[in-house]
Amino acid sequence: MKQRNLFIAVLALLILAFAGGAFFYKKQQAEQAAQNAANNMAALVRADAQSFGNPNAPVHIVEFFDPACGTCREFYPLVKAMMTAHPDKIRLTMRYAPFHPGSEPVVKVLEAARKQDKFEQTLEALFAGQDRWVINHTSHVEMTGPILESTGMDMARLQNDANAPAVAAMIARDLADAKTMNVTMTPEYFVNGRPLPQFGFEELKKLVDDELAKAR
Amino acid sequence: MKPTAPTRIFAAWLVAAVAALGALFMSEVMGLAPCVLCWWQRIFMFPLVLILALGLFPFDPKVTRYALPLAVMGLGLAAFHVLLTLGIIPEALAPCRQGIPCKTIQIEWFGFVTIPLLSLFAFLIINGLLLAAHRSSSK
Repeated sequence: MKQRNLFIAVLALLILAFAGGAFFYKKQQAEQAAQNAANNMAALVRADAQSFGNPNAPVHIVEFFDPACGTCREFYPLVKAMMTAHPDKIRLTMRYAPFHPGSEPVVKVLEAARKQDKFEQTLEALFAGQDRWVINHTSHVEMTGPILESTGMDMARLQNDANAPAVAAMIARDLADAKTMNVTMTPEYFVNGRPLPQFGFEELKKLVDDELAKAR
Repeated sequence: MKPTAPTRIFAAWLVAAVAALGALFMSEVMGLAPCVLCWWQRIFMFPLVLILALGLFPFDPKVTRYALPLAVMGLGLAAFHVLLTLGIIPEALAPCRQGIPCKTIQIEWFGFVTIPLLSLFAFLIINGLLLAAHRSSSK
């Protein structure tokens, strides 16, 4: 009986140490991330990045995303719904973080679509048809053809724009910025420069609500 | 007083439990992705936590019979992994095709303590304790 009590006590202690360690580690990481974000605002907000909503909105969400990322696809309409619920109060900036293998050419096409004013439409079409061109977490730009054509873009111009060195440079800069901001997974959100303490839609919504309340 | 077989198995369980929770902490809390070889070692470490605990209550001296093969396999894999990180075995032999290459050293404490080395120590201690428990209960 004594041995069993000792076993249970040790087991409880181990679990407690794990939970406590996890709690403190996460807290420390969150504080560090917030500090890091505050120190690197220049790497977070870039004037030439695609942006939605009122440019002078009191709440500015910066999202690092990959069009091949499933969670980015799930979150996109949720963030859009938040923006619709608070018209002119939220601005969303999209930063490229093509972490999936093969995603970089797709992001190039997306940036090229911007030059034809079709960024939003193209992104939504790519998200909607994601299962057709993302196979086993690998992007296949050669399979995005029908999706891109459905948006009615000038395909020859799209191809040409996608291959521009400026586009490649912009993606490289976004990736470097993602590294500076410690973005290792997509999507990653920063609300007025503050990172999510923990990933989740509830956490994002809370940060946005906090900032909305401050602006009121 | 010489430690009894149940004490040794309890100690082996404790090492396995700390190793398993430590591995989970590194992958789930710290977000370090386990490489393929790490997964193989986990396959042999995680069940030890359950099997050794079940062998303790009620005490079953035969538990060493079921736990030792797992511990020996884990020891072999951990040794292979350590040799790989030290560069003694060339990387071409490593079963790493995707994700994190097994040769990548993600943590290095005091300049030499890596995750595979911790795994090797854990499996060594577990093997020693289980062997000792096996001997003392089969006498």
